[in-house]
Amino acid sequence: MIALALRDLRLAIRAGGGFGLGLAFFLIVVTLVPFGVGPESDILARIAPGILWVGALLACLLSLDRIFQLDFEDGSLDLLATAPLPMEGTVAVKALAHWVTTGLPLVLAAPVLGVLLHLPAPGHLWMFITLLLGTPALSMIGAFGAALTVGLKRGGLLLSLLVLPLYVPTLIFGAEAATRAIDGFDNTGPLMMLAGITLASIALLPFAAAAALRINLR
Amino acid sequence: MSAPNQRTRQARDKINWIWEWANPVKFMWFSGLVLPWLIGATVLVMGAGLVWGFFFTPEAVNFGSSVKIIYVHVPSAFMAISAWFMMVVASVIWLIRRHHVSALAAKAAAPVGTVFTLIALVTGALWGQPMWGTWWAWDPRLTSFLILFLFYLGYMALWAAIENPDTAADLTAVLAVVGSVFAILSRYAVNFWNQGLHQGASLSLDAEENVADVYWLPLVVAMGGFMLFFVTMIFIRTRAEIRLRRVHALELRERMADA
Amino acid sequence: MLELGKYSGAILGSWGITLGLLGFLVVLTWVQARSAKRKHDEIEARRKAGEGTK
Repeated sequence: MIALALRDLRLAIRAGGGFGLGLAFFLIVVTLVPFGVGPESDILARIAPGILWVGALLACLLSLDRIFQLDFEDGSLDLLATAPLPMEGTVAVKALAHWVTTGLPLVLAAPVLGVLLHLPAPGHLWMFITLLLGTPALSMIGAFGAALTVGLKRGGLLLSLLVLPLYVPTLIFGAEAATRAIDGFDNTGPLMMLAGITLASIALLPFAAAAALRINLR
Repeated sequence: MSAPNQRTRQARDKINWIWEWANPVKFMWFSGLVLPWLIGATVLVMGAGLVWGFFFTPEAVNFGSSVKIIYVHVPSAFMAISAWFMMVVASVIWLIRRHHVSALAAKAAAPVGTVFTLIALVTGALWGQPMWGTWWAWDPRLTSFLILFLFYLGYMALWAAIENPDTAADLTAVLAVVGSVFAILSRYAVNFWNQGLHQGASLSLDAEENVADVYWLPLVVAMGGFMLFFVTMIFIRTRAEIRLRRVHALELRERMADA
Repeated sequence: MLELGKYSGAILGSWGITLGLLGFLVVLTWVQARSAKRKHDEIEARRKAGEGTK
């Protein structure tokens, strides 16, 4: 299991596409918003948590098809299906690898990029916390979507169409948790919901994703 | 393979082939019989409900004559949800019992549900416009329907993207089940998300909870009409899907025979 | 026509779009069903003709 995780991590980093691409995309989105919305600091400060969350979400989408595609194409996925590690475990590990190479860098980058958007003071900490709690869900939900579309040649756009509506609850609670904390309100409600969604996704979605993979491997 | 095993295999294949077709055959027979009556009933009940609601209801206290919009908005919204629910049930039946008719019925329901959702969205927005002055409001209910619309689109897109009919049926079924959990979750998230704004102006019918019979009765009839419309559409579309599936299977066989 | 008052735009718009979309769905369904039946009958006829010669 650890071997699989390390292998996937090495592959992701070597492939280069996943690792730096997500971060670069995040930066680009954060840069584009002021061009679209205007440079006024109070407007930007107001929407900063939301923009950072949406940017992180979209950046996660980019590397999702990579989770299973390469292994599917060269036959390793078939091998993994017959390996002693259950498919659910394989899915979980691959989602973890995706999170470490895509989600985690976003979590670390967000407070820094928040500066560009005039994110108010407690926001940096809260963006870090909410994204830390929420990005694993994004990876896991994304892995489910990737499992559904792994057999398709140009599945990327369809993958986005399927996954983005599934991201809505995480986005709402994540952004709300950050915004409320910044405005000085209590944010335990959305924070708990966010954590709950992540935990439930990690616990349950591997089964659905494994089922989808088995269907596609038939 | 030994002779007895081979015979058993052949017998089972023959039976399986019949089973392939038996359920669909029964469905085709039954639906063919019932369809004319369904169509008639749909036209009658839907027509009655809509005509009654449009022409023979008075103006309401707060809404004026815009209350008449409920006769298209409420049944559509109700059916949009019901259609999704039916799709999920049919998907689960397919996953467990492998009845092809079930899978195809789910596929058939999707466009109908999508249209209902779109109608609910547009009529909901139009209804709110005179009151709020905007063509769209991120009211929790409308927003939830927008998300439902996206789920419908994704479901149909997945069906269209996958070549093998059984694989498509399986994957879309899994998507429907997982999607439903997230759809319900989104409902709560959206309620939470919008609770700060527009407290009183939500487009709910809670104000109409104690609505008078004069509005309620034609609404019930209209809803019955929409339900019949849904069932009729499902029958017609599922029949077409069954035929298309048979065409696909026979074409495959033809191609293999030619090869 | 009835006295629809100031909401006439919204009412006629809603009803119009509803009937329009439902009508579109009906026409689409009918066309698809007819095409499916035609394809089905064609290929069934071909299959029967093929089996008849066996």
